[in-house]
Amino acid sequence: MEMLRVDNLAVTRGGLPVLEGLSFTLEAGHALVLRGPNGIGKTTLLRTLAGLQPPLAGTISMPPETMAYAAHSDGLKSTLSVAENLQFWASVYGTGSIEPALERMNLRQLSERAAMSLSAGQKRRLGLARLLVTGRPVWVLDEPTVSLDAASVVLFGEAVRAHLAAGGAALMATHIDLGLHEARVLDLAPFKARPPEEGGIKGSFDEAFA
Amino acid sequence: MIALLLRDLRLAVRAGGGFGLGLAFFLIVVTLVPFGVGPEGQILGRIAPGILWLGALLACLLSLDRIFALDFEDGSLDLLATAPVPLEGVVTIKALAHWITTGLPLVVAAPVFGLLMHLESTAYFWMILALALGTPALSVLGTFGAALTVGLKRGGLLLSLLVLPLYVPTLIFGAELVRRGAQNMDTNVPLLMLAGITAAVIAVVPFASAAAIRVNLR
Repeated sequence: MEMLRVDNLAVTRGGLPVLEGLSFTLEAGHALVLRGPNGIGKTTLLRTLAGLQPPLAGTISMPPETMAYAAHSDGLKSTLSVAENLQFWASVYGTGSIEPALERMNLRQLSERAAMSLSAGQKRRLGLARLLVTGRPVWVLDEPTVSLDAASVVLFGEAVRAHLAAGGAALMATHIDLGLHEARVLDLAPFKARPPEEGGIKGSFDEAFA
Repeated sequence: MIALLLRDLRLAVRAGGGFGLGLAFFLIVVTLVPFGVGPEGQILGRIAPGILWLGALLACLLSLDRIFALDFEDGSLDLLATAPVPLEGVVTIKALAHWITTGLPLVVAAPVFGLLMHLESTAYFWMILALALGTPALSVLGTFGAALTVGLKRGGLLLSLLVLPLYVPTLIFGAELVRRGAQNMDTNVPLLMLAGITAAVIAVVPFASAAAIRVNLR
């Protein structure tokens, strides 16, 4: 089953086109890993897919309310405890218990701790546990493994695999190997936007001076 | 939505949340005025409605820049924008939380502060009514300024410049309601205007704030 289809997409960062002519599909049970050098537009693409910014051209089609987005920052409130942070997102998404997510990301011992007293890796694990309580099938992840140690990367890899096995899908930008050998890799370098004089699309920045 | 309200209230009460700051600021403003103006009760009584309203305005302003800035910095605003709640609803709830932590304490404490200002005894009822009707508009208008300046470093001063002029109608009719009430004059017009402004602000401004946030998140 197709969860996400991207057709001839062009995205902009700060009004300048960074990617163009990008097309791919993501099916249930599959993971797609985005690769590319810094600045190629991985984060911009993921933000566009999450609906935080409009695409410059092309279409994104997916069923409504299927996507859970995890950004660079985890969106944690430092004075709330681990359980309170997670419970908040569970209530926002209208899903039930946070226990399985705590268990899966090995946070049970920390559940009463305030988020401000967590280490960077523990915060990241809490941020990723948030995905588990959203109950959404398509995960869009931006560098999910930053500041995770090897054991936590394995833990997270297992969580992703379980999510895929349950019929979910994942789209992630990452530099390191999650151990997901079945994941497809999409290199974004060939889709780098050309300058307008070589036939690339003009960004809104160019239009302002046209 | 209720989860968001509870979270915001909980954050405000926890350490560093700033609950009570507005009230303390209000108290200091009101205490300082008699030092500046002199202790004559008659003069103080006459300017009391205006000073109390100005104090409420400034106290409200003090915590406005935190409404969205904190959520923006830790990334939760991005996540809220992609969550299954409309951004307009998020804005409204944030304004409500701001009012409960800032406006409501001012309403409750107004009689005490009126005492400090030699407010006339006939005016207490009207002072509380005017603040109760007017302060929600201050919070909601504040979300608009906070939404416009959300991505800016040091946006606090710009926020004040943007928001204070929008507070003028509420200030005019709020203070006028108390003045007329104190002198047993007809209070219908300022009362209805004040309530009408608040109702219109609550109905319209959340949409503008949500639009401003969407632009700022791009």
